[in-house]
Amino acid sequence: MICYFLALVLFVMGLYCLVAKKNIIKKIIGVTITEYSINLFLILIGYRRGGIAPITLRGMDPGEVAAKGVDPLPQALVLTSIVIGLGVLALMVAMCLRLYEKYKTFDMSEINRLRG
Amino acid sequence: MPDIDEEIRDTSKGMTSIVKTVVRFALGIIVIFGAYIVLYGHLTPGGGFAGGVILACGYIVLTLAFGRQIALRKMNNKAASILDTSGVLAFLAIGLLGYTGGYFFLNFLGRGKMFDLVSAGTIPLCNIAIGLKVTASLFAIFLALSIFGRFISSLVDEDE
Amino acid sequence: MEIYLLILLIFMIIGSIIAIEAKSLLSSVISVGVVGFSLSIAFLMLGAPDIAITQVVVEVLILVILIRATITMDNTAIEGGGGTFPFVVSLVFFGLFLVFSFFAVQEIPKFGEPLMRVSERYLRTSAEETGATNVVTGILLDFRGYDTVGEATVLFTAIVGAFGILRRRGRKKKTEEDAEKVGILEDEDIKKDFEGF
Repeated sequence: MICYFLALVLFVMGLYCLVAKKNIIKKIIGVTITEYSINLFLILIGYRRGGIAPITLRGMDPGEVAAKGVDPLPQALVLTSIVIGLGVLALMVAMCLRLYEKYKTFDMSEINRLRG
Repeated sequence: MPDIDEEIRDTSKGMTSIVKTVVRFALGIIVIFGAYIVLYGHLTPGGGFAGGVILACGYIVLTLAFGRQIALRKMNNKAASILDTSGVLAFLAIGLLGYTGGYFFLNFLGRGKMFDLVSAGTIPLCNIAIGLKVTASLFAIFLALSIFGRFISSLVDEDE
Repeated sequence: MEIYLLILLIFMIIGSIIAIEAKSLLSSVISVGVVGFSLSIAFLMLGAPDIAITQVVVEVLILVILIRATITMDNTAIEGGGGTFPFVVSLVFFGLFLVFSFFAVQEIPKFGEPLMRVSERYLRTSAEETGATNVVTGILLDFRGYDTVGEATVLFTAIVGAFGILRRRGRKKKTEEDAEKVGILEDEDIKKDFEGF
């Protein structure tokens, strides 16, 4: 229970960074932290106490994974989510470089002021 | 065109010779490990995503240590785009071939024996396609960010 | 086991506080690395070696990309805070969010006892039905192939978007020939403009 709550605290901190900070790189860091916390939350939900990884190894009884394995479904979804996160981060950094090229600053309030 | 060995030994490009020597030893291991992770994705932890990112990291290490010229000779932007697209198309084609047996993403090949490298029907093929796609697209992103990005800032200087 | 997980989570929270509040952007980026690598250890402890491998290598790439964005700036120090009003407003709303979420997490299945309605069938039959001994790969590429197709589409779109944003057209055109070139740089341009590293 407390693990879920700590993951949500991490989520809120990422969201705070996204909302309250003015530097664009800081905002990107906020998005990254939010994404980490959601991935962690999904994996925490699928954990089974004393569970093993859902992989049958050579010489292992076939029923052992079915009896003791952790939930594989969130793992499969989070695996795709991590790689998507990397692509989206690259997209955000690309936008960020364009903004720096145009306004010569990473500060949001400065960019708003320059736009008039 | 200058000899590639001479260009590698050229100390004016890339990082110091310590880094270059270490990278020369480590790069083969990185690439073999990435290929292992992709090919054995259905038997051990890993798969197309993780192995693809490891292979892309191999290219990025090459770029960082030896400079862009050497890395671009191995894979340039156009090759990366073509590999990226062909990875997606191969994955979709494997999915569409499932219609030969009835529905999308049918595992139409034989299951094989468990714990064999060639088993599990289309899953290793899908892993290879995804690995190709992830490798090419992440390397292309790195090239775009490093080369185009510097190009942008140099253009800004010219404008001023 | 769970006490180690709690320690790791608290470590991650401290790392993210440093990442959020650091005055220098470079140290902020490196603190994100602390959070990401701890996250991969947490995945390993939670029985997810697939994701742990992916998280480690993706974290390395994230650090490379973020540092590349950071060194664009000449001055990586941050001037001025976020101001008082956004700070207070976000503190109030996120405090409310945490209070509600505290009651919400009581309702979902307890930690260590997942529901596993669909997953139980996957775990039982994956080895026979797909032939893959790694159940996660079996789900990813066989039971739920549609999701993976969607993922490939999203990744492709993100890459194309980044290329579109970073491409050359739209800058000041020097000659007609420059206007014709879209996106990919020619080889001689690369050689001319970017000698060495």
